[in-house]
Amino acid sequence: METILTLQNLSKNFGYLKAVQDLSFAIEKGSVYGILGPNGSGKSTTLGMVLNVVNKSSGTFHWFDGTVKVHDALKKVGAIIERPNFYPYMSASDNLKLVCKIKNVAPDKIDEKLELVGLIDRKNSKFRTFSLGMKQRLAIASALLNDPEILILDEPTNGLDPQGIHQIREIIKKIASQGTTILLASHLLDEVEKVCSHVVILREGKKIYSGRVDEMVASQGFFELKSEQKDKLLSYLENNAAFGRVKEEGGLITAFLNTPLSAADFNSEMFKEGIVLSHLVQRKESLEEQFLILTKNQSN
Amino acid sequence: MLRLLQIEFQKIWLNRTSKILLLISFVFPLSILILSSIKINFFGFILDLSETKIFEFPYIWHITTFFVAFFKFFFAIVVVSMIGNEYSNRTLKQNLIDGLSKKEVILSKFYFILAYSLVVTLFVFIITLLIGIFNSPSGSLYIDTIFDGSEFILAYFTKLLTFFSLCLFVGVLIKRSAFALGFLFVSFVLELILYGLFRFEWFDYDKSNEIMQFFPFTSMWNLIDEPFSRIASLHTTEKFPITDYPAYWYEFVIAAVWIFIYIFLSYRLLKRRDL
Repeated sequence: METILTLQNLSKNFGYLKAVQDLSFAIEKGSVYGILGPNGSGKSTTLGMVLNVVNKSSGTFHWFDGTVKVHDALKKVGAIIERPNFYPYMSASDNLKLVCKIKNVAPDKIDEKLELVGLIDRKNSKFRTFSLGMKQRLAIASALLNDPEILILDEPTNGLDPQGIHQIREIIKKIASQGTTILLASHLLDEVEKVCSHVVILREGKKIYSGRVDEMVASQGFFELKSEQKDKLLSYLENNAAFGRVKEEGGLITAFLNTPLSAADFNSEMFKEGIVLSHLVQRKESLEEQFLILTKNQSN
Repeated sequence: MLRLLQIEFQKIWLNRTSKILLLISFVFPLSILILSSIKINFFGFILDLSETKIFEFPYIWHITTFFVAFFKFFFAIVVVSMIGNEYSNRTLKQNLIDGLSKKEVILSKFYFILAYSLVVTLFVFIITLLIGIFNSPSGSLYIDTIFDGSEFILAYFTKLLTFFSLCLFVGVLIKRSAFALGFLFVSFVLELILYGLFRFEWFDYDKSNEIMQFFPFTSMWNLIDEPFSRIASLHTTEKFPITDYPAYWYEFVIAAVWIFIYIFLSYRLLKRRDL
């Protein structure tokens, strides 16, 4: 597998504050990565370091195979950090022309990318006349100008209205489906869950997990159940070794599995026991639940 | 180099304020051309500047470069704001993310300053040449009389480049255009006060010049000394205290060292910063 970005023991101190500590992970080509963590956990600082705007305190990182200088590697990267930064007095297409000159690519893709983000009608409007959603979409168009190997997005939906958030997500999905590697930093878990296959989780500048989303916690998932014969069901679940914790909340019973068990097998077992279920859903923990489990484990 | 120059040119040319200031800075040298050709009717006195010989070679080289150099403040605003704007629009950060190195950021601005100084110098050179040819007695127009004193053109170029490099450095240091311009002005006044103290309180004339020639503003000033006493001595038979007007090689060296210091420090400052 081709590696796009490698971090080794990367650290950043702002005075006494350790913003990022000993961070190591690698990003492989073709996957969608999420960097997760609460506000102030070091996500933006980490991205700042690999994007040449924040000086690292110690450790190393390299782009691709490590043979090119960082600023040259960045010409093959598309990145949007925090909020869209363009020249307010230039039109959308002039701003993109400037980016093309910086990235050393021909300006012939400008219209194509503006089309992709739905800004082609406003290409000659000055940047300062744009709404936040349009600015953010222009930033995405700009990041895509060089058909980048990797697209880095830092809180791309921050401050947008629901419609704007939806538009940005659709664009990200479209780009991901074309096989572009994506690194998405966010504190919004459902955002990451919807698009990412891999995650790196940070807390107070330290990595607490990196790997596939579905392998995040060693868990067999759980059943959500409802039945008229609640007591019978509860006593069955509590006496069955396949189930661990069982909790009841507002008539909904949640039973966590210790060993793998399919919904069909469980249902036929219930039938034999003479318990009729009115509601049966097998689920895995959502990213949010997994994240809470992980951060809780770490703080203990 | 051409790429960096194009990047900077687009940033400045598409900004209306910068564009206007840039154009103004080209228009003002033309005023000298007009001044040399008119006779001012001043309450009955006819003031014909062309009779004072100042528009003849070799004096014209000294006169134009000295006066035109005052118009450098228009472009100084452009230089300071081209850094200030990058900070206030946060486009500096975006440029770096897009793949410009910090070195290239400084170089692109320096190249632009260099290109501007070259073009303006060429412009002033042509104007001065024309004025000189129109006003000098036609009998004395030989190549060596025409270009006698033309070293002031080189001094003018160096003076511009040094001053704009200083502006660039102050821009990077202060980050805000208005404060940077204020800082430039205050440091200019401080150096004047220091000069006054050196000359009238602590040391004598020679000693103070010896020391002050290494200071930023004085080193620029020394490249083109004031031409008044030189002109005054033209019109009188009395022995005038001759000022030390030529542009000496070591004055160029001092200025060149300052240019290097300004640009290098700008780069170091930017490199150390987290954006």
